[in-house]
Order: sequence, then structure tokens, then C-alpha cells
Amino acid sequence: MKTPPITPAGAGMQPGATMFAETRLVRRKLFSEALAKWIFFGMAAAMVVPLLCLVAYLLARAMPSLSLNFLLDPPLHNMTQGGVWPALVGTVYLVVIGLSISVPVGVMAAVYLNEYARENWFHRAITMAVINLAGVPSIVHALFGLGAFVYAARFGYSVLSAALTLAIMTMPVVITSTREALASVPHGFREACWNVGATRWQTIKAVVLPNSISGMLTGVILEVSRTAGETAPIMFTGAVFFKAVERGDLFPYHLTDQCMALSMHLYVLATQVPGVKESLPFATAVVLLGVVLLVNAALIGLRVYLRSRKRW
Amino acid sequence: MVATPHIAVRDLRLAYGPKEVLRGVSFEVRRNEIFGIIGPAQSGKTSLLRCLNRTIEFSSAARVAGAILVDGQDVRKMADVHELRRRIGMVAPLPVGLPLSIYDNVAFAPRCAGLTRKAELDALVERCLRQAALWDEVKDHLDCLGTRLSGGQQQRLTIARALSPQPEILCLDEFSIAIDPVTTMRIEEALKELKRELTIILVTNLVQQARRLATRTMFLWNGEVVEINANEVFFSDHPASRKTYEYVNGRFG
Amino acid sequence: MDPQPSVSPAPPRRPARPAWATCGETALEWLIRLSGVSAILFVLAIFFFVFREAAPVLLSKNFRLAEFLFSPAWYPTSVSHVRYGILALVVGTACVSGLAVLLAVPFSLGAAIFVSEFCGRRLKEVLKAVIELLAAIPSVVWGFVGLTVTSKLVQQLTGAPVGVNILNGGVILALMVVPIITSISEDALKAVPDTYREAALALGATRWQIVHRVLLPAAKNGLLAAALLGVGRAVGETMAVLMTTGHAVQIPHSILDSVRTMTANIAAELGEAPEHSEHYRVLFLTGVLLFLITFVVNLTADLVVRGIRKK
Repeated sequence: MKTPPITPAGAGMQPGATMFAETRLVRRKLFSEALAKWIFFGMAAAMVVPLLCLVAYLLARAMPSLSLNFLLDPPLHNMTQGGVWPALVGTVYLVVIGLSISVPVGVMAAVYLNEYARENWFHRAITMAVINLAGVPSIVHALFGLGAFVYAARFGYSVLSAALTLAIMTMPVVITSTREALASVPHGFREACWNVGATRWQTIKAVVLPNSISGMLTGVILEVSRTAGETAPIMFTGAVFFKAVERGDLFPYHLTDQCMALSMHLYVLATQVPGVKESLPFATAVVLLGVVLLVNAALIGLRVYLRSRKRW
Repeated sequence: MVATPHIAVRDLRLAYGPKEVLRGVSFEVRRNEIFGIIGPAQSGKTSLLRCLNRTIEFSSAARVAGAILVDGQDVRKMADVHELRRRIGMVAPLPVGLPLSIYDNVAFAPRCAGLTRKAELDALVERCLRQAALWDEVKDHLDCLGTRLSGGQQQRLTIARALSPQPEILCLDEFSIAIDPVTTMRIEEALKELKRELTIILVTNLVQQARRLATRTMFLWNGEVVEINANEVFFSDHPASRKTYEYVNGRFG
Repeated sequence: MDPQPSVSPAPPRRPARPAWATCGETALEWLIRLSGVSAILFVLAIFFFVFREAAPVLLSKNFRLAEFLFSPAWYPTSVSHVRYGILALVVGTACVSGLAVLLAVPFSLGAAIFVSEFCGRRLKEVLKAVIELLAAIPSVVWGFVGLTVTSKLVQQLTGAPVGVNILNGGVILALMVVPIITSISEDALKAVPDTYREAALALGATRWQIVHRVLLPAAKNGLLAAALLGVGRAVGETMAVLMTTGHAVQIPHSILDSVRTMTANIAAELGEAPEHSEHYRVLFLTGVLLFLITFVVNLTADLVVRGIRKK
């Protein structure tokens, strides 16, 4: 005992014990606490470690093929050599066109749900629809795109059909993130605007929307990687095995053309092209990952900047 | 010659679903007077104001009956509700600075109404900030964010914003509950000045504030009008109703 | 005192909004309303268009609904005896998804508990970034990794004849659903009021005791919803399982058998089925079934979550 004991009278403790002594019970508690902490840390690490190994391994196997030429060249010799330029451009097209449809519609839907609609059964129905839309498997989106855009709307196999299919696939997440962002704007601001005679839209435009952009960005961030990485929805609506495109051509596709895409290209190289150079699919995977992570990082940076300028 | 009252409320009834909040309230407010409304909490004072500028319509469960006449026109039948809200300014209990610059805070309402010329906006912003006794403190920081001001400054900013659409009537709903006494005093001075141009309805839970500022006062209790009288009678030892005397002197509330 | 004479001040100059501004705003508000309804329209449209392509096969003489749902014999391209039984595919989906969720839930829960209760602020930022990164990896990259990397590992470690099987698919799928389950579980744990934690601390509980006696019971609805959403994701995944579970349409007898899931089956065979043929329509019908399954799973998850809010 290092300090003189302070025993409360009649506390029933051992003679010479203090309130803060390390009894056996306390030691057991501290041990189980430390054990729990390390077990849970291990579980969290079990997610980090595979990710790091994965990225490292992919990079290592991809090294022989990675170069600037790889990015700019089209595939050559029946796709057993060459680069990924048409697929890269195709993916960019699909992401840009797809998001430029799903983001405005999604934001407007979220504005409706949060600012205009009253809390009743209809509102509930729309919310349920958004949740279900978010859970539809990607292959069912592909079937929908096939049935609705390729056949019924007569767009045929095209960039347009593929982009529309991707837009509908990504919309629910945009709606949900935007809604959360809109809801986080304090209601007092809206009331203050209504009290001076502003219309609903004027209030939204001046106060609500500008302060919800970082939340909207979250939705976009989540969906960029999905749009770039999904294969099934574009496989049957507009992405194609091979398309002749010149090296470095920035605008090779029309809306009615079919296009190549990185995700499709990776799938094809990995499963359907015989005699492909070993590092080629790895390099394609690295490029796809690189595109996704780069865009994510840029948007996250933008979001951090916007959040630092918080206005209330 | 009987002057037409600026505002006339006739038998106003309000219910949120099954719960009655206002039961047949009638009163008149004359031009350029400060009309005080006092009463304990939950007596319907805020709901009354919300009926005046029709923000009650944002509550889906609210049902309104009766007539509210401004200059003889029933507000509930007016087509342009936004114009109505510009004619009747409202100041809420909690100070709200919009997350815009101070200039934009005050210029917001005129811009919504269609005023775009910079010179006119500049003049209007200065005039409103002066009327709200805030100009001297912020004139060099007009592009500072409205949310960064202190509570007292934000309440004066709210008043400036309420004045910016050039209303005829200004309603203040317990404006002083969240601000310090010094600012309260400055706003009260400003209100006395504003009385010359506007008609002011002052809802307050501070009985003495109504005594200081108002010309006539109304005692609203449980959704019913107990008494309306000129202050000399209302706050004397013999107001028209015994209940008024008891409330004013703190016997209940 | 005499009543004040009514002196109306000169009416101030009232600006007016230009007509085009008012009209434009009304048009915009209608556009917003239309967008709001669009979510319902899209869900209905998905069901409609997929069912439209599938419907004619229901009347065909080669097709019997009972056989479709309960027979494991899938021979759509047979010349003599065409049979459309998806039971093997359903079992394949169940096995792979089941294994994935079984593997993912403990780790996700552990990680969520760590991030929410035991973690320092710096480490929290890092871990959350890693989870977001994990979620960002495209499914085809996961499939590729499963095909080239883990399948070989599985072969080496277990001596199985082929590396693409339930185990391989389950592990990859588990890595894919972990981010979803982790982030929703973390939200559920964060939603438990701090007052519970403080009360338990005041009684002398350790953090582990708080977790397993207070937080887990309090958050169990949210955690269940997280697991259900993970299940929905696992069932709906296409490319990763296509590339990692093999191509055998059979009812598996062990974890090392190759299977095919419903999703992978559609992806694999749709390209080869002649347009608007019977085979093609049965694949669409499988899509309808998938839609209904995920609809039910998501509905359940949402009801479970709403159950918490009502309390």
C-alpha cells in the first residue's frame, strides 16, 4: 500500500484496503477491457490489411504494363496487347452523362420530399420506393435497361441507354444524401425567410440549397465509383467488347454509338480473351481503381473545404 | 369622424385538430399605435400573430375561422400571400441571422420582391439598419456573416430584415426573451421611433414592457380576450376586469 | 385621450416581381414535384418492363411455374427436353450469400464497435476513410481478384480441385458487404443516447460491459437492419460472384463445390440466348424473382428500422 488507507467507517472492507486498491475484481475488469479492445481492433484491422495487400499486389502485378502509352493506346492484336484508351474514355462518358442525369433529378426529388411534400402516406410511399430502388440488384437494372431503353424506347444498344440505366441505378443514393443535407439546415432559417414574404423556392435557392452542397457531394462521391465500376448494367445496354478508336481521341463516341468501358474491358480481358499478356488485366484493374479513387479523393477534398466554411 | 382601424379582427377562431387555441378573438388596432398583447404561456398569442400573416398555413392541422381585415380587406381572401407577408412584418422570439452577409440579410426581402437596383438597395439597407439601431455597429462590416453576430445584434438584424420590405405593420413576438437588457432597451427606443411610420403589434410576456411601450393593451387568456383598454385604465388599480388586475400584479401567470 | 386621427403615410414605392420570374418559378416547382414522384415511377417501371419481357413465357407449354421454382434441372438449351428449374441457382445464391454474411457480420460488428466505442479520434478518421475506400472498389475488380488471387489461395490451402467455389465467392462477397454493414451498424450504435453510456459508467462498468450489456441490446434493431441490408447486397451482387464461384449449375454438397447464383446465371446466359426466345424470357423471369426477393428484404429492413424510431 503506497498511501495511507482511508477506510470509510463501517464500509465492510478488508482492514487496510482503500477505495481505489487494485483488488482482484478490478484487475479482472481491466484485463477484460484490454482484451476486448484488442479483439475489436483486430477485427477492424482484418478489413484494413486485405485492402492494403490487395492494392499492393495489384500494383506489383500490373507494373510491367503500366505506362503513359498504356493509357493512351487502344487495344491491339485482338486485345492481347496495347492499352485501354477507348475504355477509359467510355467510362468517363458514362460517368459524366449518367451523373448529369441522376444528380439534377435526384436533387430535385430530395427537395420535393424535404421542402414541399407533407408528411402523409404519399410521402411514405415515395420514401419506400427510394429505399427499394437502392436495393435492386445491378443485373435487374440491366434487364430493365434492356427492356425499357434498348427495346421499348428504341434507343438501341447505345451510350444513351447505358447512361440512362446507370442514372436510374445511382439516383436513390443521391436522393438520400441530399435529403439528409437539406434536413440538417435549421428550420428557423426557412421561417425567417417566409416571414418576410419570400416564396418557398426563393427560400430554398437563397438559404437551403447553398448550405446543402457538401451533403449532395457525399451522394455524388458514393455514386461515382459505382457508375465507373458496374459492369452488368452496361453489358447489355451499350457497352461492347471492342470498338475501333484512335489513340488519344477525346470524343470518339456519339450518344447512339456503343462504347467500351473499363469495367467491361477488365471482365473481358480476365475471362474471354485467350493469350492475353499477364499483366494487362492487372494494369486495367489498376487504372480502373485509380480513376475511381482519384475522383473520390478530389470530391472528398472539395467536401472538406466546403465543410470548413460552415456558416452557422 | 371615426377612423378606420388599420387592423380589425372579428371573431377569430383557431383549432389544431381537436384542440381549440383561439376562441372568438376580436380586437382593432389603430394606425400608428403600439398595441400590446399580454398573457401567460399557451394563451394563443403566437398563433394569433401567425394567423395575421398566414404562416399558420404551414401547419397542416390548423383550421381558421373568422375575419382578419387590414384596411378593410380580408387577409384570408388575398390572392398574393407573399405580398401580405411583406406588408405585415414579423419578428420571432429567437434571433435568427440568415447565413448570408449582413447586407444580403437585409437586402433579401426586397430582392425577392423584385428590387434589383444597387443604389436603391444600398439606401434601403442603410435605412433599415438605422431604424433597427444596428447601423453604427455594422456599417463597416456589411459583408460579415449574419450568423456570427451576437444574440442582441442578430435580433436587431431580424428587425432590420422585417423592415426591409417596407411593411405597414410590424408584429413582434416576445422579441426580448433571448437578448440582454441593454439591447432590449435600445430596441424599445427604436420602436418608439418606428411608431411614427408603422403600426406595431407587440406580443410580450413582460407585462412592464407593454406598460412602457403600448398605447392600448389586450389581455389574452386561454384563447379568449379578457380585456382591451388604453394603458391608463389597463394598468391602473381599476381595470375593466378583475383578472387583468390579478395578472398584471403577478397574482397568477 | 382622443383617438388618433387616421394618418396614412404616403404609400412607399412597391417593387413588383417580373412576370417571367413568377412563371419560371411555378414551372420549376412543377418540375420538382414531378421529380419527387419519379422514384415511385421508376420502381414501378422496373417491375413493369422486366415483367413485360418475361410474361409471355408463363403461358408457354414448356414452362411450369412449380418446376421453375422447385426443380434443380436447368437445361434451357437442350434439344430434346427443355427444362427450366432454378432451384440449384437459388441454393447457390443462398449458400454464397449466407457464407458471405456469416463471415462479414462478426467482423463488421467488431469494427463498428471498435470505431464507435474504443477508438481515438485520429484512428477513427483513418478507419472510416479505409471503409469508404473499401466500399469504392468496383465489383468487377473484386471479381478479378477472386478469380486470379484468392482462387489460387483457396486451392492451395484446401486442396480443392478448382479454386472457384462457394468458399472463394463467399470470402470475396464478405469483403464487399463489410463496408455497408459496418457503417450502418456504426450509425445504429451512435444513435444510442450518450445518457445510457454515462449511466453505465457511473455504475462502474467497463467499456466492454457497456457494449455487451447496454449498447448491443439497445441498438439491436439497427444492427439487424444493417445485417439485412448486407444480405440484400450480397444476394444482388452479380459480377463478383460470376467470376468467383465457378460455372456449375448444381446443388452443392460442400463448401468447395462450384455453384452458380441466380444473378450470375442471368449475366452469363443472357448474351447467348436468342432475343425474345423462351430461354431469354425465363432469364427475365429470374430477374423478376430477384426483384421480389430484394424488395422483401429491403421492406423488412426498413420496418425493423422504423420499429426503433417508434419506440
